[in-house]
Amino acid sequence: MSPTEPFSQPRREAWWRRMSRRMDRASLSFSEQVRDVVLLRRDLDESFWDDLLQVLVGADCGLPVAERLVDRLRTRVREERMTSAEEALRALKAEMLAVLEARDRRLRIVAVPTVVIMVGVNGSGKTTTIGKLAHRLQSEGRMVLIAAADTFRAAAIDQMRLWADRSATEVIAHQPGGDPGAVVYDALQAAVARGIDVVLVDTAGRLHTKVNLMAELIKVRNVARRVIPKAPHETLLVIEAPTGMNAIAQARVFHEALGLTGIVLTKLDGTSRGGTVLAIEEDLGVPVKLVGLGEGIDDLNVFDPRAYLDALFAGVLEAPGSAPGPATPAPAKPGAPKPATPKSGSAHR
Amino acid sequence: MFESLSDRLGDIFKSLSGRGRLTKEEVELGMREVRLALLEADVNFKVARALVDRIRERAVGADVLESLTPGQQIVKIVNEELVALLGGEHRKLRYQSQPPTVVMLIGLQGSGKTTTCAKLALATRRDGHRPLLVAADTQRPAAPQQLEKLGKDNQIPVAMPDGKSKPPDLCKRGLEEARRLNCDVVILDTAGRLQIDQPMLAELREIRKKVTVHDTVLVVDAMTGQEAVNVAREFDQQVGVDGVILTKLDGDARGGAALSMKESMGKPILYTGVGEKVSELEPFQPERMASRILGMGDILTLVERAQSQMDQKTAEVTAKKMLAGRFTMNDWLEQMRQLRNMGPLEGILGMIPGGRQMIKNAGSMMPTEKDLSRMEAIVLSMTAHERIHPEVLKSQRRRRVAAGSGTTLADVNKLLKGFEQMQSVMKSVGGKGSKGVRGRARMLRQLQGMDPAQLGLPRP
Repeated sequence: MSPTEPFSQPRREAWWRRMSRRMDRASLSFSEQVRDVVLLRRDLDESFWDDLLQVLVGADCGLPVAERLVDRLRTRVREERMTSAEEALRALKAEMLAVLEARDRRLRIVAVPTVVIMVGVNGSGKTTTIGKLAHRLQSEGRMVLIAAADTFRAAAIDQMRLWADRSATEVIAHQPGGDPGAVVYDALQAAVARGIDVVLVDTAGRLHTKVNLMAELIKVRNVARRVIPKAPHETLLVIEAPTGMNAIAQARVFHEALGLTGIVLTKLDGTSRGGTVLAIEEDLGVPVKLVGLGEGIDDLNVFDPRAYLDALFAGVLEAPGSAPGPATPAPAKPGAPKPATPKSGSAHR
Repeated sequence: MFESLSDRLGDIFKSLSGRGRLTKEEVELGMREVRLALLEADVNFKVARALVDRIRERAVGADVLESLTPGQQIVKIVNEELVALLGGEHRKLRYQSQPPTVVMLIGLQGSGKTTTCAKLALATRRDGHRPLLVAADTQRPAAPQQLEKLGKDNQIPVAMPDGKSKPPDLCKRGLEEARRLNCDVVILDTAGRLQIDQPMLAELREIRKKVTVHDTVLVVDAMTGQEAVNVAREFDQQVGVDGVILTKLDGDARGGAALSMKESMGKPILYTGVGEKVSELEPFQPERMASRILGMGDILTLVERAQSQMDQKTAEVTAKKMLAGRFTMNDWLEQMRQLRNMGPLEGILGMIPGGRQMIKNAGSMMPTEKDLSRMEAIVLSMTAHERIHPEVLKSQRRRRVAAGSGTTLADVNKLLKGFEQMQSVMKSVGGKGSKGVRGRARMLRQLQGMDPAQLGLPRP
């Protein structure tokens, strides 16, 4: 069976338009900062590069990645004899795209049953993501089963059940405080017996610094392998967009312990830019596969780097498809030209 | 937490102080490094810039340039500015003389409001109050159940939603419930929301209209990045914030968000969440946090943790034995276990002055938790006699110990050698009169001079 992509294309475009609109609501947005740099600094001098570095860090890209991006950009500007800040920023966007593209972001639903384990620190949005993913997979005609293996947090099982009810997905659960491994074992056995397509495993949130809890996750994985030797087919780390540099530490430790196959970036509906994904992808090569925004059951989609960057640079570079500029324009400085009005169009080139 | 920031500042100022006097250019270089280090630690870039400007202003002053150890002077200045930025004395909740005192917890989704509600309730109980929790989060599935469970486990009454009332009415009813049950503190758990979600923010204002809230507390995840400032500012402007609780500080987040809070909002950090257990909420202490940021160690926290884990008498007996050179494998085992009870080794070392540097120098030689377990296994594979008289361990016995503990002969040899060295260090310190500050300082120096690899830590 070849890998299939569970999310259909047309739905995605409208969704990303919505997303760039939401990202624009930011009062102190990334694009506003970038525009400050473009408009107020006309020359590509030291202060321009320094400011650009800060803007990237301000989007949570992390200093090492920001420095690498800026260094590469400087070389390129020199080699291609660019003179305007706008040209340079266009090149920056291309650099960022080069970091993000070139990765397989499809959710690999390759076996029956396919086992997807969701891991992450406390409060990152694992249960919610599973609720949304179950709904999406069900509506595409797949049989889904949820293993409620967060037996630690109070009422986590209740929360999982309420989410599952919305998509009429069955949940396998034990008593609170039970052994998460046992839950997974039961769920997988049930899945095999019933010919389920996808099993989604919800795990308890844990900080990556807790050695024993990380060991528990490895045990859960090993238990899964006893029933299905190739499980888990997907191990997804859920990271919330407002997370700063710690996201990189999280990704590194979870990756070392479990071998991550993807990242889910949640809560991209605030004003945060989730720039840590750039750092994680460059650092570990683990692709962002899904993004979540909002609390609605439909607010989950595949990650599209091009659209993500369009939204990020919306209002700065007239990328096709970017929604009208930020709600609050940058304070106009005397003598500074007006920002370029973004053109409307389709979300994709 | 703040680990990389301390490392970084440590590196910068080591090179600065090594040179003695500073030129203006050198100060600039140092300041650039400080700024980048702050940025890397998730301190908001505007806050970082303002902080660095203040530090520079003071640093280029004549006092610093003429002093013999300008690096130290700068460290002191940075420390003072950090303490100032992190806020003054610890503030408790504003307990009212006319009960009930009402505290409302607000914040983004997943910041830890519900868990913090229970932790805060226990903290008020420690202050001699009778708390009641109000489950006013009607958004997240099963949030009230989570609070109910936490309440039940800790004998805290919880006012549950009736399934039809809106949160403002639930809060009002909660207050009535508190009067009925004679509770003098009411803690409102609200739904997580974005700082830009207007209808949801209006709901919070509505709650404040219906009930008098004495403390509106913003719950913020310590792992939050640059966004922390926006979150703080928007919540403060839209709803009004009186204080902050920083959660998930038990991880390794550098916690720059803490630095950004006071500066952007001018509101104090009241408590910090430092673990998953409901008892794990600590009053926020700016001095400690600042010392930690600068890698100056956090001896106070270490001492407190040690006190909570160790029995004073046992500790004294052990100390005497150590100094008299009668320190056995049994004592060592006991110490190692107590040490491990205090948390991960790196965390403990990080609280000792210079500890960060030790960790850094040790690099991959730094013993991991696994190494410690292995050491424990080796000692446990010895007979009672061997533990008191390790000198009887000749090759035959060593081989048996290795087999019994699942390690190699080399591991056992290394451990024994390390133990022997440690004993001789202890003896020499004890002999030179270890009483008083100087003796202890000498011991510390000797211990620091030791190669961690020689502490008898077996390597894989």
